[in-house]
Amino acid sequence: MSVKLTTRQVGDVTVVDAAGRITLGDGASTFRDTVRDLAAGGQKKMLLNLAEVSYIDSSGIGEMVSGFTTVTNQGGQVKLLNLTKRVKDLLQITKLYTVFEVFDDEAAAVRSFK
Amino acid sequence: MADQEGVGAHTVEEALESTLESVDQAEDIVLREAREMGFDEDEQHHIGISLRECLVNAVVHGNKYNSHKKVRLVVSRTPDRLEILVGDEGEGFDVQQVPDPLAEENLLRQSGRGVMMIQAFMDEFHVQRRHPSGTEVRMVKYLPKPR
Repeated sequence: MSVKLTTRQVGDVTVVDAAGRITLGDGASTFRDTVRDLAAGGQKKMLLNLAEVSYIDSSGIGEMVSGFTTVTNQGGQVKLLNLTKRVKDLLQITKLYTVFEVFDDEAAAVRSFK
Repeated sequence: MADQEGVGAHTVEEALESTLESVDQAEDIVLREAREMGFDEDEQHHIGISLRECLVNAVVHGNKYNSHKKVRLVVSRTPDRLEILVGDEGEGFDVQQVPDPLAEENLLRQSGRGVMMIQAFMDEFHVQRRHPSGTEVRMVKYLPKPR
């Protein structure tokens, strides 16, 4: 299963619920296109809910970093919500756990946006 | 597919097309072997992700999706050791030239994390040039001893 992304609005924060695999090919490109489209549409507060992401490879991580950089350069913020143990382990191995703000509680995550 | 049985040993060999579908195909083969050996789910995940990173490198960076070039996959197992060989027919790859993805200045680079992830997840990781051309990666994972 490739990745399935749905977006919803909580106040002025756009929550992207991701499910499936974010890997080279369909998954990573779908993820990239969604984040870029949201950024192009003026969304500056993005919360990526990865609770249902079963698998992410280095390409998927690269797209997350790319999206983070794009949005940050436009004065926005990208934060992460509900990491599975496997995704959390990957972010720790790649030291990206220090780059992204990570939350386990959606309400707290939404409140954290400036 | 070549499938060889020996005393306590088992080897599967494949010549794969230079496509992303081959990555899924190789993952299925390797995970089947890992499951049969008794690796747990987390270990299977680590083996699978390492295999995918390696195959993607071979297909995308090595063979550059060239339909005339194959990716050689050899999966060998003994009761406690899984060895995976992945060979491409590309121009060669020097692992020392990959920028350190953990260096502060590289943290936000989009690519360059695959090799580091393999090194984190596998017990052995070796890269050597193939003759006349190409790269061969050998990765090994040992089955933990029962507690």
